[in-house]
Amino acid sequence: MTDYPAANAPLLDVTNLQHTFQTGAGRVFAVNGVSFRIDAGEAVGLVGESGSGKSTVAKCLVRLLEPSGGSMRFRGADITHMNERSFRPLRSQIQMVFQDPTMSLNPRLTVRQTLSEPLRLHKTATNGNLEARLHDLMGLVNLDRRLLGRQPHQLSGGQKQRVGIARAIATNPAFVVLDEPTASLDMSIRIQIISLLRRLQDELGMTYLFISHDLSTVRHLCNRVIVMYLGQVVEEGPVEEIFTNPKHPYTQALLSAVPIPDPARRGQRRRIVLPGETPHLTAPIVGCPLADRCPYVMPACRQGTIPFFDIEPGGHRAACLLYAEDRDAVAIDGSAESARVSRSEASGRTGSD
Amino acid sequence: MMQETLPQLNPTPGAGHSDANAAAEPLVRIEGLTIGFPDETGERFVPVVEDAGFVVHRNEILGLVGESGSGKTQTSMAILGLTRRPGKVMAGHVIVDGVDVVGLDEAGLRRVRGRKAAMIFQSPRTSLNPLMTVGDQVARVYVRQRGMNRRAARAEALAMLRRVGIAGAERVAGSYPHQLSGGMAQRVMIGMMVACGPDLLIADEPTTGLDVTIQAQIFELIQQVQAEARMSVLLITHDLGVVAETCHRVAVMQGGRVVEIAPVEELFARPRHPYTVRLLGAMLRPDRPSGDTQEPDPLPERLDIEVGGRRYEAVSVDAWAAAGVGLPMTIEVAPGHFVLCHEREDGADAAETER
Ligand SMILES: Nc1ncnc2c1ncn2[C@@H]1O[C@H](COP(=O)(O)OP(=O)(O)OP(=O)(O)O)[C@@H](O)[C@H]1O
Ligand SMILES: Nc1ncnc2c1ncn2[C@@H]1O[C@H](COP(=O)(O)OP(=O)(O)OP(=O)(O)O)[C@@H](O)[C@H]1O
Ligand SMILES: [Mg+2]
Ligand SMILES: [Mg+2]
Repeated sequence: MTDYPAANAPLLDVTNLQHTFQTGAGRVFAVNGVSFRIDAGEAVGLVGESGSGKSTVAKCLVRLLEPSGGSMRFRGADITHMNERSFRPLRSQIQMVFQDPTMSLNPRLTVRQTLSEPLRLHKTATNGNLEARLHDLMGLVNLDRRLLGRQPHQLSGGQKQRVGIARAIATNPAFVVLDEPTASLDMSIRIQIISLLRRLQDELGMTYLFISHDLSTVRHLCNRVIVMYLGQVVEEGPVEEIFTNPKHPYTQALLSAVPIPDPARRGQRRRIVLPGETPHLTAPIVGCPLADRCPYVMPACRQGTIPFFDIEPGGHRAACLLYAEDRDAVAIDGSAESARVSRSEASGRTGSD
Repeated sequence: MMQETLPQLNPTPGAGHSDANAAAEPLVRIEGLTIGFPDETGERFVPVVEDAGFVVHRNEILGLVGESGSGKTQTSMAILGLTRRPGKVMAGHVIVDGVDVVGLDEAGLRRVRGRKAAMIFQSPRTSLNPLMTVGDQVARVYVRQRGMNRRAARAEALAMLRRVGIAGAERVAGSYPHQLSGGMAQRVMIGMMVACGPDLLIADEPTTGLDVTIQAQIFELIQQVQAEARMSVLLITHDLGVVAETCHRVAVMQGGRVVEIAPVEELFARPRHPYTVRLLGAMLRPDRPSGDTQEPDPLPERLDIEVGGRRYEAVSVDAWAAAGVGLPMTIEVAPGHFVLCHEREDGADAAETER
């Protein structure tokens, strides 16, 4: 293994990450000041609104997109604008499973070719044991090895998805970004994949950023959860805290929408419906990204940057003024703003104070 | 193929909701459907769907769940005559509103696609045209399927994009598919298909990649258009929560076979096929804490079933070869509840007398 520039640094440290897409119709502010850190061996869930920028964060991390601002450190080394040559040694350490397996697999390559490529490139397997490793990988993701000769169009959705997972773990990377990796898998295979990820975590110390709309899977795999809304992190914390004690109104609405697999309870779930639509990110947002849809909105919510407030020790924090210690001052007087902005800078990173 | 057992797959109509209309001939009747692909040598066709059968009633939402790779997508594509070469329908019938789609020519298929049956695919971006703005794509549906002029079609397209929950519909209408998040692309796709006003909407994992808030909106939307238009919906999903909350009946597939069909409450309360038992047992409850996500205990591969004094057993499809079972048959174990079974040797005597 390579030497670590800083041995006690978190595996991944993302600070104030930004990404803006230029489109014919103008700019899209997809990621606006996202900060988080991930320690080695963690499984961190990244959940949130469709279009909130999760995949964009992921693509910045694996350097498929160039961040427009902020920084990303991997084992202490700044990888934000690292050139391809310097990044190459890290490629085998940082892998990604893409959201859309149909788009991310080369349509002309067979499964065998797709999986051999990283093994050869990173010299993880020699010619002698390549075939054995391929069979091993197929077994791990529960695919029949007879599928090795097939091209993507000859596979079902869930089979393609598992090829993507096998490709990502082929080189035993230290860190894997999984973007909706289990969406097309049936429940029993989903559980097998979770067990596989856990086993790799235990045995090899693999670390995950697990992006998913499947909150049950997040609850069962991850130790910590980050919630995004419109390009920003709105809440984060230990997984059970988030699920049993969600604080940000967006997180509360999100969790209330999870369907419960019990026909006897049909129609009994109380869904919190946020009024209005998600605005589009054609301009940077001032204040809370949820302000226009939030039932508890206060004047101060539309100003400055909303800082994080600690909810519970252990890292449960929410960027919502409802949890300001000085809540009355906030509700009545929007001018309490200046004090909070400086606090927001102080708490821009996890574990500050 | 065991045609004689197949009629049993067509349950008494109206399961899930009583309705005058339900007594009518089902909108879709699939019988003995077998779809195959050539093996590596190209000499032999290997079935990926085998002797599958079920009906979709008018005005109902039928859930289709099951193993990844069990043939759900292939089965639903066959309803639209979309089986791609080198795959082919080797046997069976797919009758959509009185017309057998199997063997139908392109002109006939065009009459089925769109107005009679429309499909939302698993992977939205690959089924949208990358070279056309999404607004034009939705508008084109109104021009082609509803005969509207361009201006009216544009206005309808914008209204539809809003209806499926797209923020900034005007701006999104001018975007190309690759500029949309996965969730938005899927909403565009759903809007496009609902715009066709089909009798049957096939939705193949329509909310995969959407957050649960939008997912809930989409299912409310599908339920709403379904009820308004008295449309039928075939909903393929891996999300048992969605099944529990939206479907009237459910069909379960494993290894190319339809192994169980029942009204939704009945299926969740009394699954009879080992695969269904496994599937429901493997449920991760979003409302329960983690910690016990062990791989599920190996469940029985064979379950006894007794109906009218005759004994059968339901066997997990992946254990058929090892178990050396004979031809399967579909048995009605409770009203509207069908299970793919094998006759037990010790039950054969009773069967004999029936001949
Ligand atoms: N190539 C692109 N060009 C322009 N805009 C883009 C591009 N890719 C993404 N966007 C926009 O950036 C925002 C964030 O998209 P992203 O795909 O990161 O969201 P997401 O959280 O992954 O959503 P989902 O849950 O639907 O996958 C969206 O508004 C999207 O439309
Ligand atoms: N062109 C092809 N050649 C050979 N086999 C194929 C081809 N296309 C699909 N198959 C096989 O057909 C089987 C059924 O595929 P189908 O896509 O219907 O599964 P599914 O039930 O929809 O699965 P998923 O839940 O993963 O989407 C799969 O095992 C797949 O590998
Ligand atoms: Mg995404
Ligand atoms: Mg499928």
